[in-house]
Amino acid sequence: MEKQFPKLQIINENGEWNDETYRSEITEELTKELYTKMLRSRLFDRKGVNLQRQGRIGTYVPFEGQEASQIGSALAMGEGDWMFPTYRDHAATMTFGHSLKTLFLYWKGRQEGCIPPEGKNIFPPAVPIASQLLHATGAAWAEKLKGTDRASIVYFGDGATSEGDFHEGLNFASVFNAPVVFFNQNNGFAISVPIEKQMKSKTIAQKAVAYEMEGVRLDGNDVFAVYFHTRTAVERARKGEGPTLIEAVTWRYGAHTTADDPSKYRDQNESATRREKTDPILRLERFMKNENMWDEKWAGDLQESLTAEIEAAVKEMEETDAPHYNDVFDHVFAENPWPIESQKEAYAHSRGDR
Amino acid sequence: MTTAVDTKKLTMVQAVTDGMRVMMKEQENVIVLGEDVGQNGGVFRATDGLVGEFGDKRVIDTPLAESGIIGTSIGLAMNGFKPIAEMQFLGFIYPAFNQIMTHASRIRARTLGAFTVPMVIRAPFGAGVRAPEIHSDSVEALFTGMPGMKVVVPSNPYDAKGMLISAIEDPDPVLFLEPMRCYRSTKMDVPEGKYNVPLGKAARLHEGSDVSIFAYGAMMDVVTKAAKAAEEKGIKCDVIDLRTLYPLDKDMIAESVQKTGRAVIVHEAPGTGGLGETIMSLINDTSFLYMKAPVERVTGFDTPVPMFALEDHYLPSADRVVQAIEKVTQF
Repeated sequence: MEKQFPKLQIINENGEWNDETYRSEITEELTKELYTKMLRSRLFDRKGVNLQRQGRIGTYVPFEGQEASQIGSALAMGEGDWMFPTYRDHAATMTFGHSLKTLFLYWKGRQEGCIPPEGKNIFPPAVPIASQLLHATGAAWAEKLKGTDRASIVYFGDGATSEGDFHEGLNFASVFNAPVVFFNQNNGFAISVPIEKQMKSKTIAQKAVAYEMEGVRLDGNDVFAVYFHTRTAVERARKGEGPTLIEAVTWRYGAHTTADDPSKYRDQNESATRREKTDPILRLERFMKNENMWDEKWAGDLQESLTAEIEAAVKEMEETDAPHYNDVFDHVFAENPWPIESQKEAYAHSRGDR
Repeated sequence: MTTAVDTKKLTMVQAVTDGMRVMMKEQENVIVLGEDVGQNGGVFRATDGLVGEFGDKRVIDTPLAESGIIGTSIGLAMNGFKPIAEMQFLGFIYPAFNQIMTHASRIRARTLGAFTVPMVIRAPFGAGVRAPEIHSDSVEALFTGMPGMKVVVPSNPYDAKGMLISAIEDPDPVLFLEPMRCYRSTKMDVPEGKYNVPLGKAARLHEGSDVSIFAYGAMMDVVTKAAKAAEEKGIKCDVIDLRTLYPLDKDMIAESVQKTGRAVIVHEAPGTGGLGETIMSLINDTSFLYMKAPVERVTGFDTPVPMFALEDHYLPSADRVVQAIEKVTQF
């Protein structure tokens, strides 16, 4: 199966060409855009971990190490397309249009963090595992019924492939030929459980075979491989040629969440080695140096401006007015039925507010 | 003459671990399975150390699939094992609802006892720990309303261990709910080795003659504070920790309200369809003519548990409970 589904790569770990198919499209402009977006998300992520440690937000879910998977795939999507993230995919959602402030608000326990930007089809993060695959299929199916060429992308991890909803999502998409890209980030661990204990399958991409669907396995730390192969999958979906299952092989350096301690279940030296060897951002930097696209001043300025952008978003998040308790009651239905209305009144009364 | 029993100071989560350890030592067929329960020792460390002690054939990291965990546990239970299945959070139990509702809870009835499902489903639950979305649901009433399931909720380390042992020994499926807020809130002397706290029996935490307060789990702390505040105003509360939600301790509920004639019921689950309604109907059935005031309920709202920036509004507070106590005494 590993032979049937080889790990596709465009540039290798040293930033050297491995597949030159897309060489003419890999311009300095595209490369710098990808680099910028990856660095932006990494700085955001580190800020998130720090804010949690300082008690300024709640539990945070870090994604450091998975930037290429999320950004390469999100950038392959078009304006009106749909995105269904998990709680670890803020690099994808910020690339697709979420504001940094909104993302921080989510981790501050604010319902506002679930609201998509105007005109963007971004679903709130799926917390239950794999449930979102069916939503992505349904939304894509709707686009097909409406006769548009829009598609969905849905994110999920290696552990999610064990859930029934994963298989139901793939089967429905296959049966109804829905324009969906099932984007799996295989980071090797479902919290503490390594993939060898999760499944006997050697690859996740091979699961596509059972659903008569295209399966692609790629190096999820090679942002070009992610971007171009996802784009191909999206193009196929738009043309009515059906869904694709993409397995992006990657790694999360840190904990599952800030409440998790990875040293309980794995040797964190592995993460340290990977930071040196297979890091997606470092790889792009090496590539840019090889291709004479690297400019120290540009990189320094970029770091500075992105840091300022993130600090501004933190400030906005922290200056957002405290939520009103009416928000607990007023959005469950279009109109409050009497039990909710009377509970709301009783609560206000108990506080002496009316 | 009593025999001195060695005790250890344990938190609730440590007491839960100890309960499993005691039963795994005693009965070879007791196994633990769930997501991250092995090497990681569970996301709350409830199974910490068990894989080292009992091996990975008895403490099993399963694939990530709640329906899979419960469905295979049913098969294991029907075929000689006593699975303790961990749901990582009660809010993640929904994919397994089908297995519990259509199989675990009714196989005995369907086969007139030829097949039984002696299993325990453990699940942390409840709000108030600033957890991410969906992690804070209190949906015990979905299961108390499910024919064939017992549902229990300890509120302290001693009860947690003793009730877990009783749940493991029970011949039928038991949903064992662990209030996250109580996991590490206090330490308590817990006897070493095996002891039982019976299922179906409530406990009186404080004796009083004016108002009965019925609650369970993390709400015990809230109602205890409220009862103290009421006492300062001269109102004596009979504080009852229900402990088992199905079957309820009808006798203690009746005895208490027949003494006080007033009742306040507190739970963080939504009011509609909550345990409060069941308890009110029990009071109606057993003690209608003793009542001096309509029963008051202080509950969560008929809304999803909000994200944590608003969860303190959602959760019943000692203030709201005191107001309810005053209302029933001033009726």
